[in-house]
Amino acid sequence: MTGWFRRVVLAVPGLWLALFLVAPLCIVLLIALAEPADGVPPYRIGLSLDNLVTVLTDPLYRAALLLSLKVAGIATLACLLAGYPMALAIARAPERWRNALLLAVMLPFWTGFLMRVNAWIGLLRDNGWINALLGGFGMGPYRLLYTDTALYIGIVYTYLPFMVLPLYARLSRLDPVLLEAASDLGAPPWRAFLRVTLPLSLPGVAAGAALVFIPAVGEYVIPELLGGPRAQLVGRLLWEVYAANRDWPTAAALAVVLLVLLLGVPALVLRLLRRSTQ
Amino acid sequence: MSSALLTQATRPGGGLTIAGLTVRYGPIAAVDNLDLTVRGGELFVLLGGSGSGKTTLLRAIAGFVQPQTGRIALDGADLLALPPHRRPVNTMFQAYALFPHLTVAANIAFGLRQLGRPRASIRDRVAEMLALVQLADFGDRRPHQLSGGQQQRVALARSLAPAPALLLLDEPLSALDRGLRAETRTELVRLQRQVGTTFVLVTHDQEEALTMADRIGVMRDGRMVQTGTPAAIYEAPANRFVAEFLGAANILPAVVRPDGLILDLPALNATVQTAVPNAPGPVLLALRPERLRPGDGANRLDGVVVDHAYAGDSLTTRLRLADGSELRMTRSLRDGLAANLTATGVAMSVSWQPGACIVLRE
Repeated sequence: MTGWFRRVVLAVPGLWLALFLVAPLCIVLLIALAEPADGVPPYRIGLSLDNLVTVLTDPLYRAALLLSLKVAGIATLACLLAGYPMALAIARAPERWRNALLLAVMLPFWTGFLMRVNAWIGLLRDNGWINALLGGFGMGPYRLLYTDTALYIGIVYTYLPFMVLPLYARLSRLDPVLLEAASDLGAPPWRAFLRVTLPLSLPGVAAGAALVFIPAVGEYVIPELLGGPRAQLVGRLLWEVYAANRDWPTAAALAVVLLVLLLGVPALVLRLLRRSTQ
Repeated sequence: MSSALLTQATRPGGGLTIAGLTVRYGPIAAVDNLDLTVRGGELFVLLGGSGSGKTTLLRAIAGFVQPQTGRIALDGADLLALPPHRRPVNTMFQAYALFPHLTVAANIAFGLRQLGRPRASIRDRVAEMLALVQLADFGDRRPHQLSGGQQQRVALARSLAPAPALLLLDEPLSALDRGLRAETRTELVRLQRQVGTTFVLVTHDQEEALTMADRIGVMRDGRMVQTGTPAAIYEAPANRFVAEFLGAANILPAVVRPDGLILDLPALNATVQTAVPNAPGPVLLALRPERLRPGDGANRLDGVVVDHAYAGDSLTTRLRLADGSELRMTRSLRDGLAANLTATGVAMSVSWQPGACIVLRE
């Protein structure tokens, strides 16, 4: 490859990143450092750290950030617990079944996200299908909609494929002869899983966890539609500050803090993973 | 390294008995009503081409495939009743199957951990096994940091560490390059003698089988065609398949005369003397190329030189016989290559001793 061709090929993604990633981030950072003002746009360019300090110290924002991290963390764990057996089952299914099963995992993506979340409202309502089913057994009705349960169901339901797919990619590449070797050396199936399958799938776990955790932290639609009024997640708060209060600088500061947190968490996970495999 | 190193190593090699074993994949019998006895402490080589069922047989012994019928017993104890992880049998896998996420030492310790040995005992045993395969300083490495030959030795150490009564080796040398293979062959035999474990080794390489085995079992189509010492199988193959699979052989149709010692070769209009009598009737005469020599002798055939193939230490000459068939003769070049090789198209005679005749029924 000649020098200029190489440079052009590298320039295209570079330009893309500059235009659609770096530039918007710079603008958000700029607004986060600006001062709120009346008018259009509702800020005045400046170099003030007040907004960032507010976001980090005000209990309202701190609580929202912590709650978001907690909800995303629990949802990620739930996705992992539900998704790992699914991914393992697909990876170990007969070859002719695998594509069909993978398709089934991805099938929900073929309809609109909002429609699917709305469908859950119908399922979870006090007089919805789930309560009707439970009523058939003489149980309930339970209050499900607008609770934390509904919130977690919505997040896990939505993000489960993002956990299953990287896990499957990892598990399907696991050489079955390694499990035979473990068995041959005296390991019963469960110990072969713990000592061979699980450690070798950790990169898939990390990838899946990051793919679920990061969007779940900033999730806005699901808490809005399914969650209760107490589910003041950071995405919801950000929208309120930005759209209802027209406080762009604070909203931008919140976005910056969220971004730093989200960059920090995967970096930490990766570092821990690398240390554990060394 | 001294054998005093092997404190926990030696458990006497187990004797393996297989009777009436059949393994079917759908309608195809990969192993077909097979009987086999392997003596304790023996290095037994299963030799066969691809699809002969030798690997399936090995996997049935290890427990990775379930036979439909038959019996597998180790020192009289039924193996088939046990799942693979309970069998006192270890396998050295063809591509080694080392755990990539574990160090060399942890790989070797894997089987010992499953036995629930105390930590100190595991550490000592791992050190002992590392020394045994001459990788004492490699315990902290990962498999991918090792050369192919080193990985092979780790795989061997890992499978020997729990001191199995029987070690199964699936083409253990096939992933090594040629030079290393010959060296590893002797090393493997030496190790087997040292630890005393019964080895059942699968290979498709006849040279490997001949040089390593105490006894060989030749397999074809899921059946055991012949078992015996390398010399017995080479000198007295049971049939044409074995004669051609182990070493090269010229096969000529012949008829044994009523006296049993004279063979007629009708197609070549020739007669041949054998050293031992055979039952009269139509047979196949097998002649090893290296037992033939140029010139006249007790038995003789005439032909025309087709070509010479020079192999450094030997020279193989192809002759065309009267009926159009070909005959190969291999001569050792211990005195160097003669300057005046018989030219292509020129007549030449070959001869052999009566004892070199191999008479086959099928």
